[in-house]
Amino acid sequence: MPADRSPAPPRRYALASLFGPGQEGMVSHTPHAAHLGIRVVETGPGFGVCALPFREELIGDPARRVIFGGAITTLIDHASGLAVACAVEELTAIATIDLRVDYLRAAAPDVVLYARAECYRLTANVAFVRAVAYERAVDDPFASAMGTFMVGANRSDSSFERLIAARRGSGR
Amino acid sequence: MRGIVDAIPYARFLGVEVERREGALECVLPFRPEIVGNAALPAVHGGVLGAFLELTALLHLLDESGSERVPKPITFSVDYLRTAGPATTRARAEIFKLGRRIANVRVVAWQDDPARPVAAGNGKFLLSDGRRAPGDAGPAGPDA
Repeated sequence: MPADRSPAPPRRYALASLFGPGQEGMVSHTPHAAHLGIRVVETGPGFGVCALPFREELIGDPARRVIFGGAITTLIDHASGLAVACAVEELTAIATIDLRVDYLRAAAPDVVLYARAECYRLTANVAFVRAVAYERAVDDPFASAMGTFMVGANRSDSSFERLIAARRGSGR
Repeated sequence: MRGIVDAIPYARFLGVEVERREGALECVLPFRPEIVGNAALPAVHGGVLGAFLELTALLHLLDESGSERVPKPITFSVDYLRTAGPATTRARAEIFKLGRRIANVRVVAWQDDPARPVAAGNGKFLLSDGRRAPGDAGPAGPDA
């Protein structure tokens, strides 16, 4: 190991100004997330946490009152995209390449479900994300997931870009 | 089949319909503003596409097995191949291994042209009709 490694310059994060809990703007531009009632709980460098309130309409197995796996996929996909948005230096469009969800156990009914996603590797074109979904504790997940995302898929359609522009415009 | 869709609240929530074409079960996801993920394009939310594929796999399994009990997903993986625009999305599933306890299912979704799929899925489901007694722990945990 070289001893004289120069310290890495501080990372820039395009969304640094939005880091923190309760950034409703990060959901409101996504109609389906708003429709499901997904909200952002926490954001920071390279990670995001989203919450999905329990609703009867989301049940996939009426006998067990377990929420449909696909709704959990949506929650995880959303948190994962958020984690990538919180990892990039320049605002850009993000497209899911693939996503794999492992259902470790049934999610508890009638409680809020959370997903925490972390972008653990970012290259010029691809972001690599891992995520877990849980009811109470991040270390007791009911689902875990791995995904890859294309960054810069399209330069001009980032809704985050509009969000930041809108906040600048309103002087926030 | 309509009865099974009605029995799954999430299927109704997405507005999924089922049709039988050339003997195969085909699931239909009509476009609605509520399923948009990226309003700028607009494009269907990736999570909705994944959920639609998983639902198609599940309904196909229920249809083939005649089971009333919903198989439990173990893992589901989705490849996103093209942007799904504001149009009707269709999907078909195929069971490529039906074991005693696990079924492996492939699913493909498209919009205008089946040869140009928008997403493809691959799922493994734990079948409820295994040899284990009810309440006995399965491979995916006591309540999975």
